[in-house]
Amino acid sequence: MIRLERRIDTPRWVTYAVPALSILAAFAVGAVLLLATGRNPISVYQRIIERGLTSPGSFQDALVATTPLLFPGLAAAVAFRMDLFNIGGDGQFIMGSIFASGIALKMDSSPNWLTFLAMIIAGIVGGAIWAGIPALLRAYAHTNEIITTLMLNYVAAHIATYLIFSSESFWRDLSGAGRQFPSAKPIPPDAEWLPLQFGSVHVPQGLVVGVIVAVLLYVLYRSTRFGFEVRVVGDSPPAARYAGMSARRKIISVLLLSGALAGLGGAADVGDTRHGLEAKSLVTAGYGYSGIVIAALARFNPLAVVVVSFLLGVLNNAGRSLQGRDFPSGLVGTLQGLILLFALGGELFGRYRLRVGRRSTGTAPSTDEPVVEGAPA
Amino acid sequence: MNNNLFVDLAHFAIYYGTPLLFAALGGILAERSGVLNLGVEGIMLMGAACARLGAAVIGGPRWVTLAAAVVVGMVGAGLTGLLHAFMTVTLRVNQTVAGLAITILAGGAGLSAFLGETWELPRRDAVTFNDLDVFGLKDAPIVGPLLFSHNALVYVSWIATVAASFYLFRTRMGLNLRAVGESPQTADALGIDVVRYRYVHVVAGGALAGVGGAFYALSISSSSWVAGDNYISGAGWIAIALVIFGFWRPDLTLVGAYLFGAFSVLSLRLQVRRIRIPLLESMPYVMTIVVLVIVSTGWAKRRLGAPAALGIPYEREER
Repeated sequence: MIRLERRIDTPRWVTYAVPALSILAAFAVGAVLLLATGRNPISVYQRIIERGLTSPGSFQDALVATTPLLFPGLAAAVAFRMDLFNIGGDGQFIMGSIFASGIALKMDSSPNWLTFLAMIIAGIVGGAIWAGIPALLRAYAHTNEIITTLMLNYVAAHIATYLIFSSESFWRDLSGAGRQFPSAKPIPPDAEWLPLQFGSVHVPQGLVVGVIVAVLLYVLYRSTRFGFEVRVVGDSPPAARYAGMSARRKIISVLLLSGALAGLGGAADVGDTRHGLEAKSLVTAGYGYSGIVIAALARFNPLAVVVVSFLLGVLNNAGRSLQGRDFPSGLVGTLQGLILLFALGGELFGRYRLRVGRRSTGTAPSTDEPVVEGAPA
Repeated sequence: MNNNLFVDLAHFAIYYGTPLLFAALGGILAERSGVLNLGVEGIMLMGAACARLGAAVIGGPRWVTLAAAVVVGMVGAGLTGLLHAFMTVTLRVNQTVAGLAITILAGGAGLSAFLGETWELPRRDAVTFNDLDVFGLKDAPIVGPLLFSHNALVYVSWIATVAASFYLFRTRMGLNLRAVGESPQTADALGIDVVRYRYVHVVAGGALAGVGGAFYALSISSSSWVAGDNYISGAGWIAIALVIFGFWRPDLTLVGAYLFGAFSVLSLRLQVRRIRIPLLESMPYVMTIVVLVIVSTGWAKRRLGAPAALGIPYEREER
């Protein structure tokens, strides 16, 4: 008989093996799915690698595709680490875009570096405001943050659409192309974030900002009192309470931080690639969901988030350029969902070991039932 | 149809509330067994895609095609629910993240879109639900639009609500189910098979969410198949909120579903009448938040709280 037995601590190999094997397993199941629907998985995967990474210019495009995943990934890692399920990454991203593009339009004649800084701050503020609503509701009214953050995604998308389509809106372009078809004003050329050149590779400025932020987060969690307290509150709320740490303040600050990171992603998206508000791409991009997959696979480590974002960036990059019968539109999401499911299942090997045979006498001591924070009210 | 604005609103509040009601009833079954299912959004989209396929390929009289299509939707959604049950009950992973994974896997950018494209759903016509004329009373004042002129699935949802209430509170199995959700240890000690109860109700809940998805595919959004989350406009998430709003009771959930249906139809009606209120479309989502805040305040929670074991994996070895 096969039984699951609790481990006392997680062996080190699990930390690396589980994410790697999850990706492999997801692609294996994806291959079965492709075969079952009459496609050739080998050629599909070959084209993903070609178009996503190895063909000329696609490495560059993969970096561009990585940037809008990195920030939601960091946002989810920060929140999920503390069992705060912020799935409003999309909404906070959109608010960041709205604020950053607004300030870029306002600062028409300012020097580049000032506009750049202002866009970053605006993105942070926009995302933090949008995460602040569920944060306050969770901290003071005990309202489950899962549904509130998600509902605010729809509201943010509607706000963005309204700002693009309404003729009274400051964002609406009433000259040029915007007359015929409603669209938002493009930000002034000086406000665009130009890619930085490293050898022959152009790296988006947003990506550089993201990597710096990831390192800062790593340091914040490793070596500051705030990081320590957040880890204690996340791992054991009772222990934090006995130590006199305020869970309420941690909830608010972590959710604000999470929203700020997603909002910064929105600012980077406007500065790097979109150069203005765009309705369609904002509503359907689903960066928030990808962020959750990335955070879980990176086991909430900000530096690992950078690596995993790049892997999913390659996948998204391929998904963007490949279309047609051999590359069905839902393939990328399906693979992402499978990766997350396998990563979750793989966590078992961190918590349990498989035992074959009868129960031995010296099993691991039983711990208390895990308490799941954030189950609905 | 009576032109009275209020009656018209009420009729369509019921109409737009029905898919929410189906999905929320499914959510009640799963959560009463102690399993939180955040995959409802993805499961509904799977139900929608499968029902759409059924309606396009199954022949026969109209009502046979429609019934079979709904069943196909239920099977597709139920299988997706089975995956959630396997993850949460057998592998005992974190239910919140597992549910999100299901939604990412099956949702508008995932499997439902993949299958929709494979089955060439955008190019196929599907049979759709028509409003009935029950007892020939369709044109009766007030009660006609309210009670006698809905499509068949609305009447099924009424039966399902009564049945779910009866099942939960008047049958032995319902009692066992609530025991499993409140205290699986106690239920296990009484000889109730906790694992089986959780599996059955998560899968049944998925199938009910599939009917909700089918309602979109074969009625509300029946004009065409468009892959993506907008096809059901976040109904799965609203349904999860409705379970909380209804305090895990089918009757209160029906009231909540129609309330949300009213929010949806109100914003649609005002748009048609060219009354432009900015951001009116976001009203159902804002109201979801408002309602959640109200029910999560202390007094409501203490009186009619969630199943005590909701979200907690049951580990028999640790008893």
